[in-house]
Amino acid sequence: MAGAASALFLLDIKGRVLVWRDYRGDVSSVQAERFFTKLIEKEGDPASQDPVVFDDGVTYMFIQHNNVYLMTASRQNCNAASLLLFLHRVVDVFKHYFEELEEESLRDNFVVVYELLDEIMDFGYPQYTEAKILSEFIKTDAYRMEVAQRPPMAVTNAVSWRSEGIRYKKNEVFLDVVESVNILVNSNGQIIRSDVVGALKMRTYLSGMPECKLGLNDRVLLEAQGRATKGKAIDLDDVKFHQCVRLARFENDRTISFIPPDGSFDLMTYRLSTQVKPLIWVEAQVERHSRSRIEIMVKARSQFKERSTATNVEIEMPVPPDATNPSVRSSMGSASYAPESDALVWKIKSFPGGKEYMLRAEFRLPSITSEEATPDRKAPIRVKFEIPYFTVSGIQTQTSSLWISGWLQIYSIFTIWDGDVVLESALK
Amino acid sequence: MSGHDSKYFSTTKKGEIPELKEELNSQYKDKRKDAVKKVIAAMTVGKDVSSLFTDVVNCMQTENLELKKLVYLYLINYAKSQPDLAILAVNTFVKDSQDPNPLIRALAVRTMGCIRVDKITEYLCDPLQRCLKDDDPYVRKTAAICVAKLYDINAELVEDRGFLDALKDLISDNNPMVVANAVAALAEIQETSSRPIFEITSSTLTKLLTALNECTEWGQVFILDALSKYKATDAREAENIVERVTPRLQHANCAVVLSAVKMILLQMELITSTDVVRNLCKKMAPPLVTLLSAEPEIQYVALRNINLIVQKRPTILAHEIKVFFCKYNDPIYVKMEKLEIMIKLASDRNIDQVLLEFKEYATEVDVDFVRKAVRAIGRCAIKLERAAERCISVLLELIKIKVNYVVQEAIIVIKDIFRRYPNTYESIIATLCESLDTLDEPEAKASMIWIIGEYAERIDNADELLESFLESFPEEPPQVQLQLLTATVKLFLKKPTEGPQQMIQVVLNNATVETDNPDLRDRAYIYWRLLSTDPEAAKDVVLAEKPVISDDSNQLEPSLLDELLANIATLSSVYHKPPDAFVTRVKTVSRTEEEDYPDASEGGYSESPAHTANIGASSPATTSNAQSAAARQPAAAPAPVPDLLDLMGMDNNSAIVPTDRPASPAGPPLPVLLPAPTGQGLQISAQLIRRDGQIFYSMLFENNSQIPLDGFMIQFNKNTFGLAAGGPLQVPQLQPGSSASTLLPMVLFQNISPGPPSTVLQVAVKNSQQPVWYFNDKLPLNVLFSEDGRMERSTFLETWKSLPDSNEVSRDFPAIVINSVEATLDQLAAFNMFFIAKRKHSNQDVLYLSAKIPRGIPFLIELTAAIGVPGLKCALKTPNPEFAPLFFEAVETLLKS
Repeated sequence: MAGAASALFLLDIKGRVLVWRDYRGDVSSVQAERFFTKLIEKEGDPASQDPVVFDDGVTYMFIQHNNVYLMTASRQNCNAASLLLFLHRVVDVFKHYFEELEEESLRDNFVVVYELLDEIMDFGYPQYTEAKILSEFIKTDAYRMEVAQRPPMAVTNAVSWRSEGIRYKKNEVFLDVVESVNILVNSNGQIIRSDVVGALKMRTYLSGMPECKLGLNDRVLLEAQGRATKGKAIDLDDVKFHQCVRLARFENDRTISFIPPDGSFDLMTYRLSTQVKPLIWVEAQVERHSRSRIEIMVKARSQFKERSTATNVEIEMPVPPDATNPSVRSSMGSASYAPESDALVWKIKSFPGGKEYMLRAEFRLPSITSEEATPDRKAPIRVKFEIPYFTVSGIQTQTSSLWISGWLQIYSIFTIWDGDVVLESALK
Repeated sequence: MSGHDSKYFSTTKKGEIPELKEELNSQYKDKRKDAVKKVIAAMTVGKDVSSLFTDVVNCMQTENLELKKLVYLYLINYAKSQPDLAILAVNTFVKDSQDPNPLIRALAVRTMGCIRVDKITEYLCDPLQRCLKDDDPYVRKTAAICVAKLYDINAELVEDRGFLDALKDLISDNNPMVVANAVAALAEIQETSSRPIFEITSSTLTKLLTALNECTEWGQVFILDALSKYKATDAREAENIVERVTPRLQHANCAVVLSAVKMILLQMELITSTDVVRNLCKKMAPPLVTLLSAEPEIQYVALRNINLIVQKRPTILAHEIKVFFCKYNDPIYVKMEKLEIMIKLASDRNIDQVLLEFKEYATEVDVDFVRKAVRAIGRCAIKLERAAERCISVLLELIKIKVNYVVQEAIIVIKDIFRRYPNTYESIIATLCESLDTLDEPEAKASMIWIIGEYAERIDNADELLESFLESFPEEPPQVQLQLLTATVKLFLKKPTEGPQQMIQVVLNNATVETDNPDLRDRAYIYWRLLSTDPEAAKDVVLAEKPVISDDSNQLEPSLLDELLANIATLSSVYHKPPDAFVTRVKTVSRTEEEDYPDASEGGYSESPAHTANIGASSPATTSNAQSAAARQPAAAPAPVPDLLDLMGMDNNSAIVPTDRPASPAGPPLPVLLPAPTGQGLQISAQLIRRDGQIFYSMLFENNSQIPLDGFMIQFNKNTFGLAAGGPLQVPQLQPGSSASTLLPMVLFQNISPGPPSTVLQVAVKNSQQPVWYFNDKLPLNVLFSEDGRMERSTFLETWKSLPDSNEVSRDFPAIVINSVEATLDQLAAFNMFFIAKRKHSNQDVLYLSAKIPRGIPFLIELTAAIGVPGLKCALKTPNPEFAPLFFEAVETLLKS
């Protein structure tokens, strides 16, 4: 069962080693580079390749971020889930340090990169990936001090995500709910499938080691407390908590208790698959006139109460990749053609409830099509918008029930809504 | 806060190394620091800066932590190439390990452990001893991992210095991170040792479950993975463990969730209450579904695991099939895995929805995905009898779209459907025949031809259809040729008219005279003889009723499935292969190849490397085993003392070639399997042997022909244990009159042949000059006996009692004489048959031994014999008594010799 990585590689887009750290001395960089460049050559697009590949006794696992590949090599039966997730965390750490992780930033900071690789993994075992705490004792040049650094208590503490001795003049907590809804609609307008994935995003600026508790209108919790559950309670299919939340305690009495990290983090993510009514309903009609032009008519209707207003609405309509010469008219907002994503993007700043807007667009198509007519790519219509103080799932964090040792001030509960609405009829 | 380190990569006109050397020795601190950075930059881009070793090490004594880290990094990279100079660093290391700053203490111990130079490891012991008891948990957690590093370099040293006990003490440490690392280190050490080192007792269990709540996410994974080895004593304990682990399902870290699922599934085996089991299944479903919202790479791992979980416990996700529907932007590897799971979860209840999805996928862009979707429809038809008709109508709709690869794939699956439901859906044959001329893939062509032959009596123009294929017979791939041959014979037997008669002449002629494919030729001759001697018999043979095929969606056999489930989240569960199928203990080997060589060439070792204990320290596992392997084999034909330089002559790709190669020719002469007269002058002798926990095919090639031979390749036929070559055959060109020997590493469970166990191993060897040589070898069961086959006396007793009497088999060997119990035991121990206990029974000695073959099948052995008197009774008890004949064969060979 036991198993660890032999080495960690940071490779450029062509698969050449930029920086690597050898943890066990049983996989050479030449060997890894030879494997990976071969893989890229052969497959063209490694993004379509299984992320776990066995070659000559070595298992390689890799992910891509911008123009950099992160890859582990191992000769043992190591924990694949752990190592792949670790690679994603490494990306987060580098992003925290260099703002963006790309070939340039790695070259520019190779000294820190080596230091980090030494600290986050030992002998191929993931050790510590809290970027914020790491940056307390591994610093980039600009911040480097001559005084001897010590490992922060947090590195080995039970509370490994927060340093002691944080002080704020003003203690503040921000709580946002971001929900993403995926809805699949068939050509008759019936909803085949819908699921909501939400995140409770927290930004905390609190002093000391604050004990926090949060209440939710989760049905199981309310019932456990013997409180009425009529109407307001929701059933969450699954919840996942940030590592700061005491899971055993949640299991016992559904209390969400935690000492939060400093700054922003996802306190909780949740998923529910009950039928939801799309808040903005989009219908599209596509007509192909002979082979020369295509006409698209989009209708967007807000299906929420009139007193609410959706803001920053973005509707992304896929169009054929060879379309040209767009001409667009819309009853509200502005629309622009985004050839890089083969889509027409319709933006509406403010969309009150119970309203309906229309858009008509026309594109030219090349009159000659290739002989090998491949089936059309089926992309969904994507709709993105924000409605303050409104969630699809109906999740509520009861302001009165966020209890923080000392005192609190909650600033905003904001909902950002982002999801795919797949209209199967869209491009037929 | 981006840096500007890239400037260090720029080079100057003047020779780089001398310039760096100068700067490294500068009197200015900053200049030295910059110089070290340049050295590291050069190292990063792959330049060899090892010649600066002394100068860099001179910068080591510094207060500047950044500089120190860089020098340490340099040391990790180059110490192995400069082992003598590496000693220079030891003093600073030892001093740093006592620094008041815990960061520096930990850094020193961490780095020393990474320097794989023997001479340094000795100096590592004292600092490590101190750091394991350090006040600061950061130092202790680093020291814990360092024990595993040291064990990897020199296991004996670790045991002698009592580090294992110190490590075990850390399990009770008050710091959760230290506990987690100690667990990881112990688990790894246990993995490579055959002795029980890290056994989880119920008290460690409690400690670890407590630490679980407090340690970092990665630490939780270590602990859960280690705990999954723990076997609860009864259902109650299992329930308690599960209760403590269940909260982990809510963790945001997917690896924690998967490891928790593994734990729960394992403990569920013991839980008897159906309510509890049902409840647990219900609890596990949502977290498993949520894994599908993770990053695609992790989804992939999760899906491969879910594939296993639904085979074991289909109920968990029976109602969740919708979440496995493919999203338009899923990467292709995720889509492929989702499809597999959809097939597994498809049922009469949801099949309509599933078919709609499959149909949708079959019109997508990615060809591989489309093909798999079409195949999925066929597999559902085979799996769900009541839905078969609907599946077929979807397939027919797809055929009508006339996309070439869709049609071909559909025909392949329809052939299977015909076999599953004979005489049910033949009405669609006409539709299939319409697409005949578009087929260009062998498998589709072969399938279509099979359909025509099988249903020749119902297809009016079957002869015309087949005839159209015959024209191109010589150019067709073998698969199609074989089908054409059989289909024509079928046609002839069903319609013995003039047309088919002529066709069969053509085909038989083509398949016997014109071809050089032995399979085709053999089959054609059989048909020919059958047809000419007894056409009725031919009918009975060729048109015999075929066994109905069945659903293969739960294809893993139960014992393998259980083993894979115990490995959830690991690579084993991703590959769907047991760990020993892909983990080879080659790492010590590559090290020897790459690193020990320069040592030897520089005279670093005065002794002859292969035979001294000194080198054993650098690669303990290999060499010590190699020595015992050599000792095991009685003195034989004197072999030339191999030169270590030979090692370097080998292809670098073949990392699997074992280090103990020099010892290999020292064995007894290998049995001749292909005598020179049969092999047109090529003689092959070979034998399976076990070395260092791995199975090798030891082979000797002798070229007695007149021509040089090269391009040797080897292939093994399906066999009981799925033995197959673990790498290419490394045989150089053989000049006439010369010979070459090689050790071919073997892997298990690659191509398993079904049916009762057998020791037959069929081998095919070819080279560029001669035809393919086939020969049979015997697979002595003892090469499979693994090093960890030793059982505790109590376990032995328990296992013996727990197995039913029907699992006991015995045999008498009247010809075997045991002259000395000690000698016999030694002899058996050398083949990993371990002595458990001895008992006197009147004038007879009764010996109890244990052994184990891969997949954890134990053998409990009882030998009864009177010393010096011929006659030995051997009784065997095992969960898999079907292996008994093989076992007795092995015992007989071992004890006779």
